[in-house]
Amino acid sequence: MSALHIKKGSTSHSAYNLRPTFSDMQERHTIAVLVENEPGVLARVIGLFSGRGYNIESLTVAEVDHTGHLSRITIVTTGTPQVIAQIKAQLGRIVSVRDVHDLTVEGSSVERELAMLKVVGEGDKRVEALRLADIFRANVVDSTLNSFIFEITGAPEKIDAFADLMRPLGLAEIARTGVAALLRGD
Amino acid sequence: MTSEMTGAKMVVQALKDQGVDTVFGYPGGAVLPIYDEIFLQNDIRHILVRHEQGAVHAAEGYARSTGKPGVVLVTSGPGATNAVTGLTDALMDSIPIVVLTGQVPTFMIGSDAFQEADTVGITRPCTKHNWLVKDTDKLAATIHEAFHVATAGRPGPVLIDIPKDVQFATGSYTGPKPSNSHYQPVLKGDQEEILELVAAMETAKKPVFYTGGGVINSGKAASQLLRELVDATGFPVTSTLMGLGAYPASGANWLGMLGMHGLYEANMAMHDCDLLINVGARFDDRITGRIDAFSPHSKKAHIDIDPSSINKVIRADIPIVGDVAHVLEDILKIWKSRGRKTDAAAVKQWQAQISEWRKVNCLAYSNSEKTIKPQYALERLEALTKGHDRYVCTEVGQHQMWAAQFLGFEDPHRWMTSGGLGTMGYGFPASIGVQMAHPDALVINVAGEASWLMNMQEMGTAVQYRLPVKQFILNNERLGMVRQWQELLHGERYSHSWSEALPDFVKLAEAFGAKGIMVRDPGDLDDAIMEMIEYDGPVIFDCVVEKHENCFPMIPSGKAHNEMLLGEAETQGVIQAGGAVLV
Repeated sequence: MSALHIKKGSTSHSAYNLRPTFSDMQERHTIAVLVENEPGVLARVIGLFSGRGYNIESLTVAEVDHTGHLSRITIVTTGTPQVIAQIKAQLGRIVSVRDVHDLTVEGSSVERELAMLKVVGEGDKRVEALRLADIFRANVVDSTLNSFIFEITGAPEKIDAFADLMRPLGLAEIARTGVAALLRGD
Repeated sequence: MTSEMTGAKMVVQALKDQGVDTVFGYPGGAVLPIYDEIFLQNDIRHILVRHEQGAVHAAEGYARSTGKPGVVLVTSGPGATNAVTGLTDALMDSIPIVVLTGQVPTFMIGSDAFQEADTVGITRPCTKHNWLVKDTDKLAATIHEAFHVATAGRPGPVLIDIPKDVQFATGSYTGPKPSNSHYQPVLKGDQEEILELVAAMETAKKPVFYTGGGVINSGKAASQLLRELVDATGFPVTSTLMGLGAYPASGANWLGMLGMHGLYEANMAMHDCDLLINVGARFDDRITGRIDAFSPHSKKAHIDIDPSSINKVIRADIPIVGDVAHVLEDILKIWKSRGRKTDAAAVKQWQAQISEWRKVNCLAYSNSEKTIKPQYALERLEALTKGHDRYVCTEVGQHQMWAAQFLGFEDPHRWMTSGGLGTMGYGFPASIGVQMAHPDALVINVAGEASWLMNMQEMGTAVQYRLPVKQFILNNERLGMVRQWQELLHGERYSHSWSEALPDFVKLAEAFGAKGIMVRDPGDLDDAIMEMIEYDGPVIFDCVVEKHENCFPMIPSGKAHNEMLLGEAETQGVIQAGGAVLV
């Protein structure tokens, strides 16, 4: 293993701030956490992130095994490799956490997110929005004479791109589910 | 074994089945059914404390001095919130505690009922795990699981919140089963990593064992194995505040405590070593000092049962996740089977270097014939109590560090102190818990007057249960450590670090029906200490000491281990303005 790498000159003189940063590289990781579906379990996970100052970019949670009382929490987070390792270790010590998987390092994974976008407009903009929705394979799930709600599923980047295109065409509201992810293969 | 009974009766039955003999608590509306069941039996002693914080610290003292979990019973609302400091203390120091709280009835939860608090919400971040039990049928299994979680792996506090209607309702009781819990921490270390550590031990020229509370928590076998390994290899050993007693203070390889107020030879050995073997410690900031200058030339092995401790602060070259006793056993086995090799010549040279550092005599202080120096008081306490079956608790501050420096601990479970959280007010109730577990032992709480006043109401408990706890108060009429930092870091501006209205401790003792002893002349000290030891009952020992004594050695925050201050003469201008932001 490599020697301790310290980021110099970036901190105050406080003992608490002189933390070693093994690497300064911020990484984005998708972590799947299998938890016992009991009251307060989501608060335990979220409280860990807020209490220790970790980032949450997105979080989804739902029961995945009714008889086994298991829920799956998918968290997208960013941090240095050292912080990511800490996040996984800290998640692992929560008593109601059964399993922690870092989908970013364990192999290639499929990430999907669902979003609904309300686009308000008339005339050419309305036509253009519908044409772009078709290209992005977004479905129209509600329609009035001057608005659409599109439903789109895909990787977060695809949804970002679609939202960027809709913005000048009258994007009024957006609701996103956050990422759900699974490892590829068996 | 299944039988029908009320939830309240289940609580008492489950405690009995878990082998609990003592419960520290305070009744209130939401736990009355459980208190009724306690009234109707004689197997479990209930100790009525005077404040719920005292109950948790007493349970911590009980747990630390026995290795068994401590049990607390308090009511809802303020009963539960008063327990929060004790829970956090136990979490930081990995002490197994089971706290039972009453709660308003399930149908009133969320209605802002009288004495309602979101107890599981409030205590979620300060417990290892907690439960709100809404169904009497699940109560017994939850209590048994709670004991398992509190004691398995890295120990810690757990809390069970029991609504009053759940206590009244009838359900089926189940006894403890061989654990079918999903919570099963790994005990055995990875054999390849252990092999790598043994190989590093065989060639190390300047090795050091850095041991912590994990050795104590792992059980008495761990301390025995540590002693065997240290004595067989001849490697020097230092310890954190939490780990004192795992290796005997009289042992040949003992360096003394390390860290901010640790011994010169211990910190220098940590700085200069080439192999650092961390056994059940967590690289706390009081230990490491400046991280980028921490033990710069060493290969670092880290044995810890909690995977999150590894690489949290200091990068481990050889990470070993496992229980200390299991891992030490494997290390010994493998090291012996490979021929018990060490670089004996180099280690001998290393020991010679350490002997040179010892000659610095870092604990030296200038004694006085007029006033009692706190160090002298502790030296005399050590000399006069050494042969006793002795347990020592402390509060938090200068006296705590002096106690760690000047008292020697030969065995684990003999030293109870608030390390991680630094809770003033811990020591007195802790001494009550220790004395309950060891009725015939000499239990001493080394205290400062400021800390001691934070939980002085527990005098009532000590007197009620005839607990002969000795409150050895080093009274400097100051918040000594705060005052020291203000002197060194804040231009001698002593902002609110002394009390202008201290009680007469002798009269205070007498008011509670205890004995008070006051001493201020060094010539009277020995007789006074003997009087304290020989008195069969609780004693408040008011030892009036030098007011402006500073605690040395000291690693100023933001400095490295080899930049220690050894005494008054060295403090001038050492800490720069930037140091003022340090804690």
